[in-house]
Amino acid sequence: MGKPTGFLEFQRLSEAYEPVETRVKHYKEFVAHLSDADAKVQGARCMDCGIPFCNTGCPVNNIIPDWNDLVFRGNYQQALEVLHSTNNFPEFTGRICPAPCEAACTLGINAEPVGIKSIEHFIIDKGWENGWVKPQVAAHKTGKKVAVVGSGPAGLAAAQQLARAGHDVTVFEKNSRIGGLLRYGIPDFKLDKAIIDRRMKQMEAEGVKFRTKVAIGTKDVPAGIINDATEVISAEQLKKDFDAVVLAAGSEVPRDLPIPGRELKGTYAALEFLIPQNKEVAGDGANPINVKGKHVVVIGGGDTGSDCVGTSNRHGAASVTQFELMPMPPEQENKALTWPYWPYKLRTSSSHEEGVTRDFAVATKELVGDGKGGIKALKAVRVEWKDGKMSEVAGSEFELPADYVFLAMGFTNPVGALLEAFGVDKDARANAKATTDGEGCYATSVAKVFAAGDVRRGQSLVVWAIREGRQAAREVDAFLMGKSDLPR
Amino acid sequence: MENAVQQALPDRQGLYDPANEHDACGVGFVAHVKGQKSHSIVEQGLLILKNLDHRGAVGADPLMGDGAGLLIQIPDQFFREEMAKQGVNLPPAGEYGVGMCFLPQENASRVACEEEIERSVKAEGQVVLGWRDVPVSRTMPMSPTVKAVEPIIRQIFVGRGPDVFVTDALERKLYVIRRHSANAIKSLKLAHSKEFYVTSFSARTIVYKGLLLADQVGEYFLDLQDARCTSALALVHQRFSTNTFPSWHLAHPFRMIAHNGEINTLQGNVNWFKAREKAISSPILGDDLDKIWPLHYPGQSDSASFDNALELLVMGGYSMAQAMMLMIPEAWEKHTTMDEKRRAFYEYHAAMMEPWDGPAAVAFTDGRQIGATLDRNGLRPARYLVTDDDLVVMASESGVLPIPEKKIVKKWRLQPGKMFLIDMDQGRIIDDKELKDSLANAKPYREWIEKIRIKLDELPVVSESKEDSAVSLLDRQQAFGYSQEDIKFILEPMAANGEEATGSMGNDSALPVLSSKDKVFYNYFKQLFAQVTNPPIDPIREELVMSVVSFVGPKPNLLNVSDINPPIRLEVSQPVLSFDDIQKVRHIEKYTGGKFRSHELDICYPVAWGKEGVEARLASLVSHAEDAVRSGANILIISDRKLDADCVAIPALLATSAVHQHLVKEGLRTSTGLVVETGSAREVHHFALLGGYGAEAVHPYLALETLRDLAHGDAEKAAKFEKNFIKAVSKGLCKVMSKMGISTYMSYTGSQIFEAIGLKKDFVEKYFTGTPSNIEGIGVFEVAEEAIRTHKKAFSADPVLADMLEAGGEYAYRVRGEDHMWTPDAIAKLQHATRSGEAKTYKEYAAIINDQSKRHLTLRGLFEFRKAATPVPLEEVESAKEIVKRFATGAMSLGSISTEAHTTLAIAMNRIGGKSNTGEGGEDAKRFQPLKAGQKLSEVVGASRIERDYEFKEGDSLRSAIKQVASGRFGVTTEYLVNADQIQIKMAQGAKPGEGGQLPGHKVSEYIGFLRHSVPGVGLISPPPHHDIYSIEDLAQLIHDLKNANPVASISVKLVSEVGVGTVAAGVSKAKADHVVIAGYDGGTGASPLSSIKHAGTPWELGLAETQQTLVLNQLRGRIRVQVDGQMKTGRDVVIGALLGADEFGFATAPLVVEGCIMMRKCHLNTCPVGVATQDPVLRQRFSGQPEHVVNYFFFIADEVRAIMAELGIRKFDDLIGRSDLLDMRAGIEHWKAKGLDFSKIFHQPNVPASVPRLHAETQDHGLSKALDLKFIELAKPALEKGQKVSIELPIKNVNRTAGTMLSGEVAKRYGHAGLPDGTIDIKLTGTAGQSFGAFLAKGVAIELTGEGNDYVGKGLSGGRIVIKPAGDFRGVTTQNIIVGNTVMYGATEGESFFAGVGGERFCVRNSGATAVVEGVGDHGCEYMTGGTVVVLGNTGRNFAAGMSGGIAYVLDEDGTFKSRCNLAQVALEKVLPAASQAKGEPMHRGLADEDQLKDLVKRHAELTGSATAQGILANWDAYREKFVKVYPNEYKRALTEMAAQPQNKEAA
Repeated sequence: MGKPTGFLEFQRLSEAYEPVETRVKHYKEFVAHLSDADAKVQGARCMDCGIPFCNTGCPVNNIIPDWNDLVFRGNYQQALEVLHSTNNFPEFTGRICPAPCEAACTLGINAEPVGIKSIEHFIIDKGWENGWVKPQVAAHKTGKKVAVVGSGPAGLAAAQQLARAGHDVTVFEKNSRIGGLLRYGIPDFKLDKAIIDRRMKQMEAEGVKFRTKVAIGTKDVPAGIINDATEVISAEQLKKDFDAVVLAAGSEVPRDLPIPGRELKGTYAALEFLIPQNKEVAGDGANPINVKGKHVVVIGGGDTGSDCVGTSNRHGAASVTQFELMPMPPEQENKALTWPYWPYKLRTSSSHEEGVTRDFAVATKELVGDGKGGIKALKAVRVEWKDGKMSEVAGSEFELPADYVFLAMGFTNPVGALLEAFGVDKDARANAKATTDGEGCYATSVAKVFAAGDVRRGQSLVVWAIREGRQAAREVDAFLMGKSDLPR
Repeated sequence: MENAVQQALPDRQGLYDPANEHDACGVGFVAHVKGQKSHSIVEQGLLILKNLDHRGAVGADPLMGDGAGLLIQIPDQFFREEMAKQGVNLPPAGEYGVGMCFLPQENASRVACEEEIERSVKAEGQVVLGWRDVPVSRTMPMSPTVKAVEPIIRQIFVGRGPDVFVTDALERKLYVIRRHSANAIKSLKLAHSKEFYVTSFSARTIVYKGLLLADQVGEYFLDLQDARCTSALALVHQRFSTNTFPSWHLAHPFRMIAHNGEINTLQGNVNWFKAREKAISSPILGDDLDKIWPLHYPGQSDSASFDNALELLVMGGYSMAQAMMLMIPEAWEKHTTMDEKRRAFYEYHAAMMEPWDGPAAVAFTDGRQIGATLDRNGLRPARYLVTDDDLVVMASESGVLPIPEKKIVKKWRLQPGKMFLIDMDQGRIIDDKELKDSLANAKPYREWIEKIRIKLDELPVVSESKEDSAVSLLDRQQAFGYSQEDIKFILEPMAANGEEATGSMGNDSALPVLSSKDKVFYNYFKQLFAQVTNPPIDPIREELVMSVVSFVGPKPNLLNVSDINPPIRLEVSQPVLSFDDIQKVRHIEKYTGGKFRSHELDICYPVAWGKEGVEARLASLVSHAEDAVRSGANILIISDRKLDADCVAIPALLATSAVHQHLVKEGLRTSTGLVVETGSAREVHHFALLGGYGAEAVHPYLALETLRDLAHGDAEKAAKFEKNFIKAVSKGLCKVMSKMGISTYMSYTGSQIFEAIGLKKDFVEKYFTGTPSNIEGIGVFEVAEEAIRTHKKAFSADPVLADMLEAGGEYAYRVRGEDHMWTPDAIAKLQHATRSGEAKTYKEYAAIINDQSKRHLTLRGLFEFRKAATPVPLEEVESAKEIVKRFATGAMSLGSISTEAHTTLAIAMNRIGGKSNTGEGGEDAKRFQPLKAGQKLSEVVGASRIERDYEFKEGDSLRSAIKQVASGRFGVTTEYLVNADQIQIKMAQGAKPGEGGQLPGHKVSEYIGFLRHSVPGVGLISPPPHHDIYSIEDLAQLIHDLKNANPVASISVKLVSEVGVGTVAAGVSKAKADHVVIAGYDGGTGASPLSSIKHAGTPWELGLAETQQTLVLNQLRGRIRVQVDGQMKTGRDVVIGALLGADEFGFATAPLVVEGCIMMRKCHLNTCPVGVATQDPVLRQRFSGQPEHVVNYFFFIADEVRAIMAELGIRKFDDLIGRSDLLDMRAGIEHWKAKGLDFSKIFHQPNVPASVPRLHAETQDHGLSKALDLKFIELAKPALEKGQKVSIELPIKNVNRTAGTMLSGEVAKRYGHAGLPDGTIDIKLTGTAGQSFGAFLAKGVAIELTGEGNDYVGKGLSGGRIVIKPAGDFRGVTTQNIIVGNTVMYGATEGESFFAGVGGERFCVRNSGATAVVEGVGDHGCEYMTGGTVVVLGNTGRNFAAGMSGGIAYVLDEDGTFKSRCNLAQVALEKVLPAASQAKGEPMHRGLADEDQLKDLVKRHAELTGSATAQGILANWDAYREKFVKVYPNEYKRALTEMAAQPQNKEAA
């Protein structure tokens, strides 16, 4: 710990954001990482706890106090080493992670938590800037071949770990570019896609092969899922060609809203709006949806909803409204009973700051057509929650003009056809069934087929995907070699 | 004790081991200087015994003492006449010897023993003259247990053979006969010979002793009543042992000594003797030497072993005095004022033999001379007087014989390291100086040393470069198990600061044997420490007694008394060798012309051979070592530097101990030195272990290379790091040694002061012979496997380890590191549960802690309950409301934790009827009042003193039921004591047993300063020892003192679990404690060196079980309540504690967590971010704990307890206690290390009748009904009840202890600390007062004593006045005669005392506000003083003002030498200026000019005592004023200056 009293002397400093007025005019990242001087001060706020709750609060168990201290001492390169020792892709989490570590920070009990995420962001950017992020090519090749299905954070993490253990790894992606949800689910203004590309390059140098536009098992995907695949490889073939298969295909099936008017044009699953937008920004063709000057309603109060809000504002929507079925959470949680766990509280994202009307405890009843197949308005009703049960408030029905309605209510499960193609058992929520601890963890019911990330656990955070990818890699390595030196 | 067959001591069973028994005692003698024999000397000896009675103890049966005895000269005339009756004509005196024999009751065995003795007599060419039955009283009442093992006592008379001409030669023959016959009898292994023992066998002396009460010795032995039984000396001893097992032979005196004390290095001393057996020869004993061996037997007492060694030295030709100087040398190493020749004498002899280290007052005699000596530390009292008719009386206290004052010409005491001797042949007393000068001048020791000594530091550096390892630093670090924490927490702080890092909170990580991580082998060993039976040493403030000098190489022949060609020796100033040093050792042959030859032993072997290879490798290793020594190598270097990817190192500790033990067994160890060159050693604990198992020096090459690496190529920095590291290790070693009460590395080497946890017994016996290991565990192959696992990982492809060390996780939690009991979830769940009151959440918490099926952390984690076939209905189980009354919170001072946290615990515990504990920081008297609903905390303690307010409920109380009395005695006033339900004497603390503490100045707020009677901003020290507890009888005395102060409070003694704690607990029970706490090693701390948190003490499961077993076995359990604490977290912990024997339960960390603690482990930095363990007002505002939460917690615990009780089929909590049969080891433990554990010793239940209590069931008899104070109270009624003045006049004797204390308690109860107006109760006494005279004397009580006082006068003085002046007819000069004993005014807070005479050692230690005038003091005067005023009108001893941070001392320095005896580390010496010239505005002590207050005190001294010295000074004031030195603590001066700058705070001063 650099400075025992740092937490008393220094205030938390958030990363600087470009002003709303200018940032909504582009799709570039608008968050600047900390300066060296600021990073040092922020690092000094860390108390180097006897029990660093952040260490367990973080799904990849980043050794946060250690790199905080190293940043305080200006030892950035070593900080990067420590950071990379638990997290393959800090440049992703440093940008888009909701930072459960900060919720668990002990300083957060009665003060502002350490700006862990901003320090992580600082370290990894420093690393790339200085060329410290180099390929780590395995000293020995094992001759074993591993297929990774899906190139989202879980797949990439698994692939990188396995390649470093000396295996020949091929990553299969049905879409045209690598990155999965990172690439397509998250807008560029939150995560510049060049960041994925440079990491991809490192992985290629480490021997990972990427094959895009290849669907595995099936080309059939449910509605609302974007699919660029031009080639299909059967599950059988893949199992034949590879010594192990890691399913990391995510949980893509969006939750639908079966109400009158759902079939109207102008109603989309959130990713049907976001993915084409990302492609447009990448120069892969224009987004067929343009909400400029339109009234947008986003249904669902989560991160994906936020992304729809931010993107709509960048289009120049006339109005953006966001509905949430649940009542408005408290602005400040009851820390005495929640810390160090992820608190239930009102979260206002940077996209919210850019302009949105948020409405809580609202249930959408019907989409009203404009008569031309499109939407004109949305009918909704206020709801009340009691003991976990919802009831509509009599007489509270209202109507809202709406041209576009984006459904951002989460994802229910992975593409069933994929799991069926491999014949792996599913759990009650239709995810691939596999455990995370003990003997045989991450292994599916089918020999040599493993599952990691959302495909196994259901929709979750990028950081959980990375954790699962890493842990699964260790299991695969142990399966192939009889033992593994890879960290869990 | 030649028959090692233990008499009546139970065999080892469960965790009880008779080897742990301790004893301490009262000792004394009376002798006629001119050797005039008389029966009255014998009678006076017996009278001394009677008057020392209170220093002994009685067992369960009041007729059963611990033993007493008397050594006298052979009463020739008496024996002559007695034997003549049998027709035996004794030869002239000096030509026959008498053997006093304890013989078996069983006839045939007795005859066999007698025959063996006779056979030996004949074999040695001497003549059996006859046997005599020693007449003993058959009518004297005797305990049946004692009677049952009473030996037949007979004397054998042996005449000289034809080849023996002088008595000395006969003595030697008798010695050989005794040893030889005892060896022979021992080898007969007769079942019925247990009683056999020869108390003495000499032509000059005879010992009458037995398992008798002190006053029974004269009654039992009819010989002693016979007027013809005459002697010129009588050496007596009264024993206080920790057990109640009847054993006749353990009584003192032994053949040459009576010992009050404890030899801490016994195991090492005995081993070294064993090691010498084959290497030494004696020109005097010649071939007879072979008949002496073995000198010691396993299981002997320390005193007996000491006696055996001394006897051998004397028989081998040393004079008694010289032998004593060899065995108990003065602290010469750092003695700046010692005579050069004497120093040379000690230095020369230092290589001959390691000191027998420990507190000791030893009286010794050979029948011609009698003398006594004191250990280097002066840790035992010994007072003596000389009369004008040539009588000398020495005893542990004065007043043991009624000698008219007018006959006394000198009253003095034995001083630390000093000796005095009466030579009855010469008819005079030889004092220390003359005695030692003559020995020191006898031979040219200085010259010899210069010739034979080589100091390693002074040798030129070897130029050839050392071979660097081809293996990378990182790989080698990993191969030796380094983690990042070794760098961050161990090496970096040592390199930067020259001392070990400090940490806080307790250890909650897994024991090595349970850990799923690979641990270094060192971690399986725990440091032992002193508690109760002997004191730890303060290695900082009393540094002058410490020494880390080590000799490398063979030891000289101990018995070669005429050595004219002594071997050379290699000296190192401390045992850590640098790169240069080891090179010098490696090439030592060159420097010494071949006299020294080193030989390297490689302890690496091919990793491919696997763990199976280790045993044979060790066998080869020890054989190589033996061969090397036999072929002339005399320094062995055990080295693992050849470690590489293919070769794994055997753990250096294992290799070192194996070699050492082997060489000891072969008798070769003293022929060689042992140096260890290892990459593994980096922590102080590692060095301590290597030294403790035989290494004379250690070269930690990898730690040194790591330090260089940390310096990043900066050579200067690297050098500094190395220097600091070595300094830190030396300092750390001193601390480890001192916690066991050992002062020198020489005697620490090979002393094995450790116990093993989790190692197989047979493995330990083979390689660490004699080390306790009670729960089995891993063996040699698993040890090797662990080393190999670590090694393989180092050279594996593990990517995390490619560029980095492993994270560690021992000191701070890491997800991939070592497991801890307190996980983030455990803390979160506990806090959520207690805040919300959700039982479900509590259960989740408890499950995390209790379920150790996957995470192995504690021994109890592997226990399983044996559930009842039919559980009892929950509603029939004792209510939670009752169970919570058994709970207490831990001793955490206001200081270590915040006022808010401290008061919250008190409110909560008072609400549930449990007990909170003040900790050692005193308590605000405002907290003693009962509270009303709606009252606020701020109204009670003052708004300025709290940062978060709290509104009370009706009936709340802030008063802590338990008042702690720790070594610092902060705020321990009479008022504090009378407001206790329980008074807890803290002997040790789990996190740092054997160590003191320190509250840094920045934590001493205005409030804390007020509570502790000290100056805000000035740091406070709690010494490692209680300076009034150096032995078990001292503890008994303190218990007595506290009981007097508050007769209704129970007195508790807090101990820390370690092997032997059960025995100590038994002693504590016998010392009349009402309550004992057994704390686990894992208890918390606000600040402690990391190695103490981790490596000292043992889990409470072991200590508690041992305590229960020992107490039950001794039938002492019923007398005492047992509380257990240490990482107590759940109801399951409580039930296990109860089943292992606890009545009550202490919790500390968990309630703090409930209050918001999140285990930051930053208490020592004052930065606790939740306001719990900090004094920073800003942080204290963040405190969020509530009493309600704490109450919830304890009810959750109780509910969990009830649920388990129901399952066990037990309704009443009492029925749980001691039911270890309801516990079992969990079945099916797969863990590769843990599966070797065996808990059967923990679960053992002693086989005693059902009537013997297993839980607290009786009350102690404190003997208060005999107190003189009852008379005082009766006579002082008008004062107590109406405040009227009373005068009391009474005589007093040394058996009247603690006079004035109970009376003061009565005053404080009624009038609080303010007491009564000065002079309300005026007491005049005449005589010699017993110990603790005027302890805790309250304001308004003034005692004037004409006569003298013993130890602890004015202890804890709380406002009263004590005046002691010599009797009118005493002729001695006051500055030349002692008037009060040791540790006078210890912890005094207020009041004044005037002593017209000299005080003993440690005068005014920890005084925080009282005034004292005395006419001379011993060593360590005013140590740790934080306030008050002391005037010394005479000489002082050494180390005056050590650690003194407050108050002022004025010392009359007539010859200008005071400075050399003063410890100037924290004080400045100034002149006493004329009042007029003392600068205006300069801050003044008590607001008075120095001259004014000094003169006033001298004046009052003259008035109150009539001291001629004081009168003389006043008569010539101006001249004398100039000679006074003002001792002014630097910190105090700074604080006074600062306070002067802030006038509003002035009052606090």
